[in-house]
Amino acid sequence: MTPAVEFLHTSRHFGAVRAVDDVNLAVEPGEFFAMLGPSGSGKTTCLRLIAGFEQPTGGEIKIFGDPAGGVPPYRRNVNTVFQDYALFPHMSILDNVAYGLMVKGVDRATRYREAEKALELVKLPGYGTRKPGQLSGGQRQRVALARALVNKPRVLLLDEPLGALDLKLREQMQEELKTLQRSLGITFIFVTHDQGEALSMADRVAVFNNGKIVQAGTPEDIYKRPETRFVADFVGSSNVVAPETMQRFGGEARWASIRPEAIRVVAEGGLSATTLVSNFLGSTTRLSVEAEGMKLHVMLPAGQPVPEPGETVRLAWNAADVHYMDGAL
Amino acid sequence: MTSASSNALLAGRRGFTAQLSDLFWRRPGLLLALMLAPPLLWLGVVYIGSLIALLAQSFFSIDEFSGLVLYEFTFSTYRQLLLAANFDIILRTVTMATLVTLTSAVIAFPIAYYAARYAHGKWKALFYLGVMLPLWSSYLVKIYAWKLILAKEGILTWGFEKLHLTWLLEAILALPVIGGNSLSVSYLGTFIVFVYIWLPYMILPTQAALERVPGNLVEAAGDLGATPQQTFRTVILPLALPGIIAGSIFTFSLTLGDYIIPQIVGSSRLFIGQAVYTQQGTAGNVPLAAAFSVVPILIMAVYLWVAKKKGAFDAL
Amino acid sequence: MRSDRQSATLALKLAAIGGLLFLHLPILLIFAYAFTTEEKSYQWPPPGFTLKWFGVAWERPDVWEALTLSLKVGLIATAIALVLGTLAAAAVSRSKFFGREAISLLVILPIALPGIITGIALRSAFSILDIPFSMWTIILGHATFCIVVVYNNAVARFRRTSGSLIEASYDLGADGFQTFRHVILPNIATALLAGGMLAFALSFDEVIVTTFTGGQQSTLPIWMLEELIRPRQRPVTNVVAMIVVLATFLPILAAYYLTRDGDQIAGGGK
Repeated sequence: MTPAVEFLHTSRHFGAVRAVDDVNLAVEPGEFFAMLGPSGSGKTTCLRLIAGFEQPTGGEIKIFGDPAGGVPPYRRNVNTVFQDYALFPHMSILDNVAYGLMVKGVDRATRYREAEKALELVKLPGYGTRKPGQLSGGQRQRVALARALVNKPRVLLLDEPLGALDLKLREQMQEELKTLQRSLGITFIFVTHDQGEALSMADRVAVFNNGKIVQAGTPEDIYKRPETRFVADFVGSSNVVAPETMQRFGGEARWASIRPEAIRVVAEGGLSATTLVSNFLGSTTRLSVEAEGMKLHVMLPAGQPVPEPGETVRLAWNAADVHYMDGAL
Repeated sequence: MTSASSNALLAGRRGFTAQLSDLFWRRPGLLLALMLAPPLLWLGVVYIGSLIALLAQSFFSIDEFSGLVLYEFTFSTYRQLLLAANFDIILRTVTMATLVTLTSAVIAFPIAYYAARYAHGKWKALFYLGVMLPLWSSYLVKIYAWKLILAKEGILTWGFEKLHLTWLLEAILALPVIGGNSLSVSYLGTFIVFVYIWLPYMILPTQAALERVPGNLVEAAGDLGATPQQTFRTVILPLALPGIIAGSIFTFSLTLGDYIIPQIVGSSRLFIGQAVYTQQGTAGNVPLAAAFSVVPILIMAVYLWVAKKKGAFDAL
Repeated sequence: MRSDRQSATLALKLAAIGGLLFLHLPILLIFAYAFTTEEKSYQWPPPGFTLKWFGVAWERPDVWEALTLSLKVGLIATAIALVLGTLAAAAVSRSKFFGREAISLLVILPIALPGIITGIALRSAFSILDIPFSMWTIILGHATFCIVVVYNNAVARFRRTSGSLIEASYDLGADGFQTFRHVILPNIATALLAGGMLAFALSFDEVIVTTFTGGQQSTLPIWMLEELIRPRQRPVTNVVAMIVVLATFLPILAAYYLTRDGDQIAGGGK
């Protein structure tokens, strides 16, 4: 199957800054794809390359098999939901949503009908007469979504779509976006720095660092089998253990990651460690302990006794939960 | 899935504007050049060209017998500026500009301070308009108003008379140098009108600078035991200074170049602006006029350089 | 300890109010003089009040000619300044290119330098190029210093207009011209209107540059200047002065209300 979006040795350099550096990537049609990484890692530039706001300085990008080089953004059947939503402040909500159809020359009655349908899709029916300034952040985001979807794009790009929303709204929108994507079957590519968001929503995730993709795979792959220390650390703050320490822990002399929730506090045997701090997180308690001169994070399930700082605890884990990594970074 | 039937990339649309739009998108530099060309041609060529033509003239001289311009490079015109009569004009203008600037700063500060720190909502708007309206009111009408006020038979003389202070007015007018037959033909009159006309230019940047002084800074100073006077001297004034300097750029520059105010209200002694005007007009000595006009440019260049070092441009 | 909530001291209040009165009373005085019966001098208090000078001024053809010329010059110079100022502002705010600072300086220069220098520079250029003085030479001078007003207003608005709005428009399929028409223009329209009004007010009032770039024609300020230097019929000047004050207040108030919303948004955090 032709990939929906394909990066072929794509680079975007700004002078000496390599925002995107020799990226290879294929996003399948109908996929919900996440680009995850810290700020400045190149993920947003990748999104802008797909939208057409930036042009690659090396390599190329294909959209459904067609080379996109030199095609302006307004000639791409790709739409974007902007981080700040970028709703036109001088237009009503209905005019905002109908904008794409209006500039394509669709007659007024049809485009308003389509826009009204799109507003229903994002659960904002009847909001058409208001102005963007009268809506809440969450509502504005839905309008931005409707404004993009009304054009029936082949690919929908979302730039930190939930970044400006509060926690509760964010969780609700995560579900809605997922449902929407499934029912429409459109390829969604979204950019985020929130690993939880990426893992819970996406079919596949690409982790970015310094302009390169350091790992791409299913959320489970990324979470359980990080290939580099960076991924292990960035995706869910795993315990990254150096080879010599790992050896003292009784494992192989290689870089390894152990997830905090994989470590158990046991009554006897195991590894001796000193409790440093405990943080109550609601459903779990996060423990910071020191063992063999290394700081480890441990997730205690609710109901287990929480050791006091200074108290000695004994730790154990299954050998299968230790994930060895190739390469240092 | 309706979307799958359409192409991901759309074919180029026909039509002139669509193609032109594509061209601009592919070559943003071309669009930038096209946008910049008209203003650059106008300002860069017409205006800067004129300024250069003017400067060039100052290096020519005038033949004393024929009265024609000699197109030969010389500094003799600049040397003429140093003649006592001409140098007096420069000195007089710079002195006036300095005094006007200082006085404006003193009068402007309370207005700016009040507007920035105490006025809210409707009052703030009122203060803003209260400064903007006189600023934008007709320059000549404002001068005219002062001609009416300062005239011998005008409202000021009448006011002094009603207050039985005629003796005071006469004493002021009898002062050497700044006095005169009536206020409207004295340096004092010129000075008052200059201050009046340029005052709004001092208020606005001062207010802008004061708006940026965080209220909690003043409270912090008070908290640390500073008296209001100390707070003012050590916290508010230094922070407002860039704004005052920015305002002084206007009051100083505008006074240096003005030739209408001293012509209408004042004694017959010339200021730089008047000298330029008469030299290029009735006297027909364009090189000397050009040399005279270089003086305020130089003074302002130095002034701006100092102001920039003090950070005044952030307050503009 | 003092804070914003505390009231100002009496001295500060008096100084502030006194300053504002100093700015406004002289202008108000003009209004009284427009109705005086005294013809020969500036006598105060006026010996009597009359409306007859409004009629006399109305009948004066020279006043009408000067007014018409001022309106023509103001409108054409404003139109030119609108085009040039907007182009320069758009170029400066949309892209980072070598020499942006120079452009800003260039635009501000005609108003930063004393008017007499701009005036005499243009005059000497006209004489070098053998261009006869006409309404168009006046317009050329006015447009030159009006650009900055439009430019400042437009740059401020461009700065407030989020760049992603333009990208959003492209993204939704609008080409450059459609984006300009449907997104950029509506967003900067009020700023341009305000800039245009201020430019018109500036042109309508300008006298220094005009004395150098005008020939025999008189704009209204030139007419006034002549009346100030060689008074012919003082009460007519009084009437014209009052009308000029009233006429300039309107565009200033309008420009204030047009740009006020944005300022309130900017200061909304207070």
